[in-house]
Amino acid sequence: MSTMTVEELAVTVRPGFWTRDRRVGAGAVLLGLVAAVLFGSLATGEDARFTLSEDAGGAALTIDGTVGAILFGMVAAAAGAALLAGLPKRWFVPLLGVAVVGVVLSFLCWQVSAAPTGQNFMPLVNIVRGTFILALPLIFGALAGVLCERSGVVNVAIEGQLLMGAFAGALVGTIAANVWVGLIAAALGGALISLLLAIFTIRYLVDQVVMGIVLNLFAVGLTGFLYERLMQPEAAKYNQPPRFEAWPIPVLSDIPVLGPALFRGNIFLYLALILVVVIHVALFRTRWGLRTRSVGEHPTAADTLGVKVLALRYRNVLLAGMVAGVGGASYTLALYTFSKNMIGGKGFIALAALIFGRWSPTGALLAALFFGFADQLGTYLGAIDSSIPSEFLAMLPYLATLLAVAGLVGKVRAPAADGKPYIKG
Amino acid sequence: MEPGEIHALLGENGAGKSTLMNVLYGLLQPDEGEVLVDGRPLKAKGPGDAIAAGIGMVHQHFMLVPVFTVAENVMLGAEQVRGGILGVLDRRRARRQVTEVSTRYNLRVDPDAVVEDLPVGVQQRVEILKALTRDVDLLILDEPTAVLTPQETEELLGIMGSLKESGKSIVFITHKLKEVKAIADRITVIRRGRTVGTASPSASEDELAALMVGRTVNLTVQKAAAAPGDPVLEVEGLVIDDERSVRAVDGVDLTVRAGEVLGIAGVQGNGQTELIEALMGLRPVLHGTVSLAGQRIDGWPTKRVLRAGVGYVPEDRSVDGLVKEFSVAENLVLDVYDRPPFGSGLVLRPDAISASARERIPEFDVRTPSAEAAVGTLSGGNQQKVIIAREMSRPLKLFVAAQPTRGVDVGSIEFIHRRIIHERDIGTAVLLVSSELDEVIGLADRIAVMYRGRILGIVGPETPREEIGLLMAGITDATKTDGTQTGTAETGAAQAGTAETGAADGTAETGTAEGGAGSAATPDGPVTPAPDVAGSEETR
Repeated sequence: MSTMTVEELAVTVRPGFWTRDRRVGAGAVLLGLVAAVLFGSLATGEDARFTLSEDAGGAALTIDGTVGAILFGMVAAAAGAALLAGLPKRWFVPLLGVAVVGVVLSFLCWQVSAAPTGQNFMPLVNIVRGTFILALPLIFGALAGVLCERSGVVNVAIEGQLLMGAFAGALVGTIAANVWVGLIAAALGGALISLLLAIFTIRYLVDQVVMGIVLNLFAVGLTGFLYERLMQPEAAKYNQPPRFEAWPIPVLSDIPVLGPALFRGNIFLYLALILVVVIHVALFRTRWGLRTRSVGEHPTAADTLGVKVLALRYRNVLLAGMVAGVGGASYTLALYTFSKNMIGGKGFIALAALIFGRWSPTGALLAALFFGFADQLGTYLGAIDSSIPSEFLAMLPYLATLLAVAGLVGKVRAPAADGKPYIKG
Repeated sequence: MEPGEIHALLGENGAGKSTLMNVLYGLLQPDEGEVLVDGRPLKAKGPGDAIAAGIGMVHQHFMLVPVFTVAENVMLGAEQVRGGILGVLDRRRARRQVTEVSTRYNLRVDPDAVVEDLPVGVQQRVEILKALTRDVDLLILDEPTAVLTPQETEELLGIMGSLKESGKSIVFITHKLKEVKAIADRITVIRRGRTVGTASPSASEDELAALMVGRTVNLTVQKAAAAPGDPVLEVEGLVIDDERSVRAVDGVDLTVRAGEVLGIAGVQGNGQTELIEALMGLRPVLHGTVSLAGQRIDGWPTKRVLRAGVGYVPEDRSVDGLVKEFSVAENLVLDVYDRPPFGSGLVLRPDAISASARERIPEFDVRTPSAEAAVGTLSGGNQQKVIIAREMSRPLKLFVAAQPTRGVDVGSIEFIHRRIIHERDIGTAVLLVSSELDEVIGLADRIAVMYRGRILGIVGPETPREEIGLLMAGITDATKTDGTQTGTAETGAAQAGTAETGAADGTAETGTAEGGAGSAATPDGPVTPAPDVAGSEETR
């Protein structure tokens, strides 16, 4: 007879009615009803037009403001009610998505219909494109975080890596008058910050978070100093970076809305999307990925099997720096000239996107897009003279991150050895 | 070492057994001397070299990545890949490899199970599999039985026997004499980093123990019959959740009387930790009551519980018992530092603190260079004696000791056991929790066996080990004769279990295989973590 079958220590979870799904469902019902009532009463009878172009012209989805606000609010409430009814687990994410989108649409119906006459439209192409542009540095930054933290090194230095990449890209790109050289320099610039992070945290066991903060300040100081002493006096010589032009992709760029928004972008946009896929596959399907994750979860176990823990961490941290460096260049080699502290905290938002995305590349992408969308929405609402202060909208992504980290939207679990230096023996 | 031999390495905690084996396995570098494998010196710069030389090791603390599947854990470091330098994992081949090796050596494991969901005994099997898939000739098992139930230990010894038959050599590190005698071909005893002798398994336990400690030791605890008085600790219907809101203690009733030792036996992780912490006010009580000498104490802050006359030896002394950086003297007054004579108002009185330390250090045989030495620099046994000294220096009604001799040398164990019995004899109620069954049997006047947050039975210390072992594995007379009985009792939990893990049907019958009323047992099936109670429900 086997005895091992009875000694299992499998856990019995308290049944209870108020499971997480139900709590979230109840929240969605409440939010949906509030949206329907509040936004519905505030919305005007004007049509809210969502145009499939960059301006008021062209085809559009049109709905009466009041009707739309109430309808979408009710949709959100219905999704919440379905969660409350206790559907199987696999329905959780889709239904939550429906609820969130419903509330957002209800809100938009109110805003668009209440806009000054003649501006009752929302150009979807602009919104989507803007979302991606604003999300770009976040995607690169969050991917840098994934590479680092999956191998057990906390990367608070994303901000510094982005900034250094932006600076190196601008400076070297200008001097060499070549975008590709600039791009390589940007990757190396990010890797420089990473190298310092790796040496001090892996070799000298300095606290990883403290070191990350120090490196951010270091990057701001160094690039600021060089900017004032070098770039500003002789901008033409040192701060006129060449730019990557947009590369429309044949066929795909003709898709309505998504085509012009997504497939007429520059190299950075394509690179970001490709990297998300590549890193995701590499992390979960390859030997490198298995080892990276094992080192991030249980370095001692990896070591006893002959995996070189420290070397792997060095390599991943450097790779992360290169990815973030390229992300920084998405500013200076495509959009603007370099300016002091131009990343302005995006690195920290990328860190939030990493956590919100639960340390997975695809999750990080979605989180970055969500943050980018909120950012873009703020700009749009400013343009139509909305009654909502833009600062309020700018706050929303962080509120969402707080809720996510608090465990409301699923279990957030960092790699077990994240932030812990590995000491042999 | 010879091929096909089981060589036991016997020694106390801290004797240098694990260090020696870590050198062998390349985790540590030797300062001097060399290791010969097949006559050639082994220069293991890392575990990779040791594995290449045919040496595998199963560590005391499992080296498994909890969130990985069995197959992933087994292949890590020696991955099955395709696609050249891209190194794409070939999961199907990895899975097949696990199945192959596990059938060859009769180590039943499901390759797709996630390790953290597996019971400890099965996790250990995964560890052994890991070594076997690397074609090792020499397998080092470091304290493999420390976390196992008596039945799991039996099973492990069986596995070791069959590995030996297939020509593998095994180094078996332990301090448990019974197991050594049961399985070893040769025994080497190590003390303070030196080989002090070799023995054959026919040597008596007393001889081995004497060799291990360096003097004759008294293995049995000398004690008079208990004279139990009035109930001191009364626990009724206690229900406690752990950090993850999973039920850890599920309706426990206990009474401990003055002048008796109540031992709680059970495999670790069956709610003992949570029970003790709740008694001490370190963990909220969901339902039920705790009374000390007739007074309700549940919900009291820990300080008040301590002041009410409860002594507490926590199970992890370095985390919960001591402030390692503080001196011995300071650690001795952590409970009363704010009371006269040690402190008054805002100030501490260092004189009084060192004076009391000078008194207690000899009394409790704490071997320390001085009262000012940091506690962290002492050996495990002496650290534990500091805690015992502190806790026993207050007038006590109840003494709660969790794993009081874990990681402690034999000499200190003797001392600690004597002090516990002494405490009992002066009329204190003692609640002892230990995962060492021998310790519980040796000290306790009554033994409560805990399994999955419940007390399955309270028996006398004269009860045969096997019977207690069965209780520790959750098998009661009731389940043996009538599966439906427990089915009813546990239906609530069963439903929760099934709801959480989804259909457990495929494996459910293995759950009842033990006690189910004649249901077809399939002991050879793969083991997945199915809540066994789900099975009982099905039988119903």
